[in-house]
Amino acid sequence: MEFSFSEAQDELRRAARRFLEVASSEERVRAAMETERGYDRGAWTQLSEELAWTALTIPEELGGLGMSYLDLHPLMEEMGRVLLCAPYFSTICLGANALMLGGSTEQQERHLPGIAAGELTATLAYSERNNRTDADGVETSYSWVGTECVLSGQKYYVLDGHTADLLIVAARAKGSSGTEGVSLFLVPRDAAGMNCSWLPSMDQTRRLASVNLDGVRVSSDALLGKEGSGWDLCERTLDLARIALAAEQVGAAEMCLDMSVEYAKVRKQFGRPIGSFQAIKHKCADMLTMIESARSAAFYASALAAQGEEDLSEAASSAKAFCSDTFFHCAAENIQIHGGIGFTWEHPAHLYFKRAKASEVLFGAPSFHRERVAQRLEL
Amino acid sequence: MELQLSQEEESFRQEARAWLQEQLNGPFKDLRGRGASGDQDTYVEERIAWGKVMGAAGWNCIGWPKAFGGRGCTIKEEAVFNEEYVRANGPGNVGHIGETLLGPTLIHFGTQAQRERFLPPIVSGDEIWCQGYSEPGAGSDLANVQTKATLVGGEWVIEGQKIWTSGAQYSDWCFVLCRTDSDAPKHRGISYILVPMKQDGIDVRPIKQMGGSAEFAEVFFDGAKAASDHVVGGVNNGWKVAMGTLAFERGASTLGQQYLFQKEFEQIVEVAKRTGASKDPIFRQRIAAAWIGLKNMRVNALRTLEHEGADLSREALISKLYWSNWHRDLGKLAMDLLGPEAELIEGPPYELTALQKWYLFSRADTIYAGSNQIQRNIIGERGLGLPKEPR
Repeated sequence: MEFSFSEAQDELRRAARRFLEVASSEERVRAAMETERGYDRGAWTQLSEELAWTALTIPEELGGLGMSYLDLHPLMEEMGRVLLCAPYFSTICLGANALMLGGSTEQQERHLPGIAAGELTATLAYSERNNRTDADGVETSYSWVGTECVLSGQKYYVLDGHTADLLIVAARAKGSSGTEGVSLFLVPRDAAGMNCSWLPSMDQTRRLASVNLDGVRVSSDALLGKEGSGWDLCERTLDLARIALAAEQVGAAEMCLDMSVEYAKVRKQFGRPIGSFQAIKHKCADMLTMIESARSAAFYASALAAQGEEDLSEAASSAKAFCSDTFFHCAAENIQIHGGIGFTWEHPAHLYFKRAKASEVLFGAPSFHRERVAQRLEL
Repeated sequence: MELQLSQEEESFRQEARAWLQEQLNGPFKDLRGRGASGDQDTYVEERIAWGKVMGAAGWNCIGWPKAFGGRGCTIKEEAVFNEEYVRANGPGNVGHIGETLLGPTLIHFGTQAQRERFLPPIVSGDEIWCQGYSEPGAGSDLANVQTKATLVGGEWVIEGQKIWTSGAQYSDWCFVLCRTDSDAPKHRGISYILVPMKQDGIDVRPIKQMGGSAEFAEVFFDGAKAASDHVVGGVNNGWKVAMGTLAFERGASTLGQQYLFQKEFEQIVEVAKRTGASKDPIFRQRIAAAWIGLKNMRVNALRTLEHEGADLSREALISKLYWSNWHRDLGKLAMDLLGPEAELIEGPPYELTALQKWYLFSRADTIYAGSNQIQRNIIGERGLGLPKEPR
């Protein structure tokens, strides 16, 4: 494993930064925040059609570019940096990953070219109102009626669930418990009996939705992966998503530091820049120390994923725990360093602070992930 | 998680491993694991002898250019050697100040005559060095040194006091920051002078540390002498030389250090399992966090080693602050896991357990070689470009 980004990855990062500075400027983020959809269609079209970012990790034979998960890493950092509002994360890191890990050839051929082209958005609906991150959280149930499967229940905290064209729904066989009996189903947005609605949330830069399934009927070819082994697939998909989220958190944390440093250089009190005071300087130094270490944690996990390592649980959990803490810490310090202005609606600091909390609790909070690491250490 | 090695680097690793195995399972097996932090005042003579054997076999100063007696190893090879050294339980290296601080300084700033006089005995392990920087009134504010050197009759005469000088008790030489111009602004009146330790004008008084051992000392200079041409980098230019020395650390020792940390971490897991603390959800969180931190340090180090370019990368800049805090926290975690048993020492009069030793010694980690506060200044100013404190 190499421990530095390649020249091509650095170039992708520079290109992404140039594009996102305009396409996801603060003004455009704030405009997207005000809409129910939650993102800017123009920017989405550009990033998927012109820049082919949606095609990046999808195999070439399915209309993608066949690049690695480590190639995605700088892109995720840059998206986090500007709080990009787009269904990219849900579609690529959840939807496409689940299809690539568990889809049949037929399912992949049906959906992945559309995702690569930016024509189809997708998401994973695994969590529910019970707030759990483990298999027992799946209470939505399914039962067979002839060759059809009938799904009932309610999914919650579904990323972009109110706009996604394709939902991958976790449900369990009636009467099963734990990791046994969970299966994933591909459900198109317009399926009869499925009702998706926006769940307005504190972080306005990323949309959550609830999905009601009231006797939704799907045919057997909607089953993703083997019946009953859906939790493993869900977990592996989540681990990939956690790694991408960790990279996003690193980028966003670094933006918080950059804002702080810039402000500390120009803001004067007692006749000198506040950044010359150790009270401020040392906060910034601690932020950098956490950020570079968080980057290492996320980098390592991305690199393992790029190698095709099957069990990413320890690396993903380590990265998710550490990067969550880092982003939250930096977002909070950024407000403190800015003083009064940092507490206003007008200043972007609160957007990062809110995204930090939302990202921290998404896919398991840091304590959940540290416990998962503890289990891997056989404590 | 390993460094990527070429075939030559891999065979270098094998060569180092084989030699260390042979020596440390054979003639030097009693030295295995001795002389580490908290234990540096033990087996000193034997470790000096070991340094000479290392030198004769070509394993000292391997990163120095061949022209100066080194092997011209790359930073990666140095890192590999250090890792193998720790893996083999190699003893604390008494020659490391000469190898990592004075040698590179002379190579960079020294005269040809100084290099010829001083580098060979460092490579051979024949001369041991200590660092005369800190004084009672010059710790983090190093430029405030007051120890004075005056040219009298063609040689330097030195008056003053150094403190926290590691290994002063057994060193042959000391590089001493002395004030040579009291009228100049404080950074401009300092010289970097090479002083022999075994002379009448020097009195070394070991200082007992909180762990009970005495690894550093006070050094009193009362008319101590040094040759007039043993100034490095020119008279009154010592500050620049001293600051240059700080830039030589490029992370070669980090892999070895992490191997050591890894072993300590494993001991902690054992303790947690033995005491049942491993079932406690809060301890589980803390142990997992320590593990995550350990892996972060490893990737930070591997990134540093693969970083190309002359500048110190950001992940290198944070290294000291990150590892020292991590290690201090680990020491505390070890004691917390033990509960009341943490108090029981090995035996009278005051023989501490290994865990107690590093628990106590780790309190020094965040102080020596640039305290946490100084590290944060360096990170803030050099890494982030924040303005300096007015002085």
